[in-house]
Amino acid sequence: MRFFKRKSDVFNSLIEGAEGVTYTSFYHDAFKRLRRDKVAMVCLAVVILIVVAAIFAPLITPYEEDYMDIGNELSGPSAEHWLGTDEFGRDVFTRIIYGSRVSLMVGLVAESIAVAIGLIVGAVAGFYGGKVDAVLSRIIEIFASFPHILFAIVVMFVLGTGIINVFIAVGVVGWTGLARVIRSQIMQLKQKEYVEAARASGGRNMQIIFRHLIPNCLSTIIVVATMNIPSDIMYEASLSFLGLGVQPPQASWGSMISEARKFMRQNPGYSVFPGVALIITVLAFNLLGDALRDALDPRLKNL
Amino acid sequence: MTNEIILSVSKLRKWFPVKSSKVFGEKQYVKAVNDITFDIHKGETLGVVGESGCGKTTLGRTMIRLIEPTSGKIVFEGKDLTAFSEKEMRLARKDLQIMFQDPYGSLNPRMTVGDIITEPYVFQKMYTKKERIEKAVELMKICGLDPVYIRRYPHEFSGGQRQRIGIARALALRPKFLVCDEPVSALDVSIQSQIINLLMDLQQEFGLTYLFISHNLSVVYHMVDRIAVMYLGNLVELADKEDLYQNTAHPYTRALLKSIPSLDFSEEHKLRAALKGDIPSPINPPSGCVFHTRCENCTERCRQEVPPLREIAPRHFTACHLYDGQGKIVDA
Repeated sequence: MRFFKRKSDVFNSLIEGAEGVTYTSFYHDAFKRLRRDKVAMVCLAVVILIVVAAIFAPLITPYEEDYMDIGNELSGPSAEHWLGTDEFGRDVFTRIIYGSRVSLMVGLVAESIAVAIGLIVGAVAGFYGGKVDAVLSRIIEIFASFPHILFAIVVMFVLGTGIINVFIAVGVVGWTGLARVIRSQIMQLKQKEYVEAARASGGRNMQIIFRHLIPNCLSTIIVVATMNIPSDIMYEASLSFLGLGVQPPQASWGSMISEARKFMRQNPGYSVFPGVALIITVLAFNLLGDALRDALDPRLKNL
Repeated sequence: MTNEIILSVSKLRKWFPVKSSKVFGEKQYVKAVNDITFDIHKGETLGVVGESGCGKTTLGRTMIRLIEPTSGKIVFEGKDLTAFSEKEMRLARKDLQIMFQDPYGSLNPRMTVGDIITEPYVFQKMYTKKERIEKAVELMKICGLDPVYIRRYPHEFSGGQRQRIGIARALALRPKFLVCDEPVSALDVSIQSQIINLLMDLQQEFGLTYLFISHNLSVVYHMVDRIAVMYLGNLVELADKEDLYQNTAHPYTRALLKSIPSLDFSEEHKLRAALKGDIPSPINPPSGCVFHTRCENCTERCRQEVPPLREIAPRHFTACHLYDGQGKIVDA
């Protein structure tokens, strides 16, 4: 509510009696519905917890990311090392927390890249139609026809390893689904009479796209992006598992699981705990995406 | 109403190409608006009637170049709109506005009422932000909406109120000519009269000229000065309201007027001839007079020759071979 405070002062000074009038935007309503969904709220809490842990990693973790407790390698969970240690005596808990930074950054940055490409391609194809649409649709199909992980591996080979290149690889792989959804939605929305009204009062194409079409696609974008984040996290983990992603000594859940394979007998916890962290994160984002879809789905609300 | 012509269309044509399954062969078109010619006088309300799919809506939208005409001229205040560049047209749109039938689809659900009403100012780069809010308040008052609801969203209003928002938006740029595309057909009967009265009041106040599209003949009778009757993309009759109801010329108009439901149980009324058959496809309209397939006065000539629009009496135009020069033919 504080967010609207300043704006309402302008209105209240201009319009007599405007103070007590309530108004609910679509997103107010959607959030109200989301709040009633218990699973969604738990998932949201988990996501927030992971985000907080990632941001404040140095404050939360008992050790430095690469501190080696020599002589205490591959130990099981103990009071000193809550989730045990790896082959160099590094604290697994600490490295999982630092690893969440990589996973969330991939979720955020790679998905932003994917949304940016998908939104532009989808909106242009849907809005202009005709030959533009035909060309862009074929490009979408070409990109979508590669097996995703294989395509990401090829991109990583071309660009080389490193976290920035992981963002690019995962982002370039994941935009086709969104582009298709946005394309079809824009095609639908551009038939609406409010678009015609905007045209009738002199709106330019770009103004219509940004003022009318994209705001009405926003809920779809939010839902698709949230649902795509878990698969992006999985791609990063897969690439790191294969040794193409994040390079040691930087911690990533995928590379931790990959390393831990060799020490399954000595310290099973070393491979299990990063896996559990991965599962919890992916599950939380997936369920949150589902709940967001339910809350934002325009078909459930007659708008 | 004066005799000054504000807008005139001549030979206006809009043919929509149809995707045919055949690769070769002739390209097919839906002839939604087929060579229509008429004038609109300043300050009058011209009603456009006809059954669904006859091209009423396309005509209204083509007249303000919301749909590009295939050919023909649209002359507004002496200037040919079809010759305007995109930039010139954008400026000209200040004078030509439209309001829509569907009170749900015509307002963006993500925008507040204030944003919807002031959007035309954004497009035309008019006024400062504060002035825009003041203008919106004024427009809401004019249209019978309480300005305290300026920050509400469309879904928080009723159908009638939404239609008032649509009117406020259309009036924002102080247009001279307003196309009303079935503005009341989606509303309750009790609300319809409110909106119609509002439109009539606004016409008086701002000297507006309306093109009033409707299929409801009672509403049209109440609202308009002249009536244009369309059938299958063609203008078949155009006359002053009273004249059209009293001295109906075209057989189609006659059938249309007879179809108005009434509480008249007399024998004469029971014998009314309803139109038989369906409206033919606008892709392959009948040859000659497009109405000949359903006309009770059809002759061989009607099947072959297209009847031109003729002035059969002062200010009374019709396109029918029955009125070919030598005065009226006796009612059948």
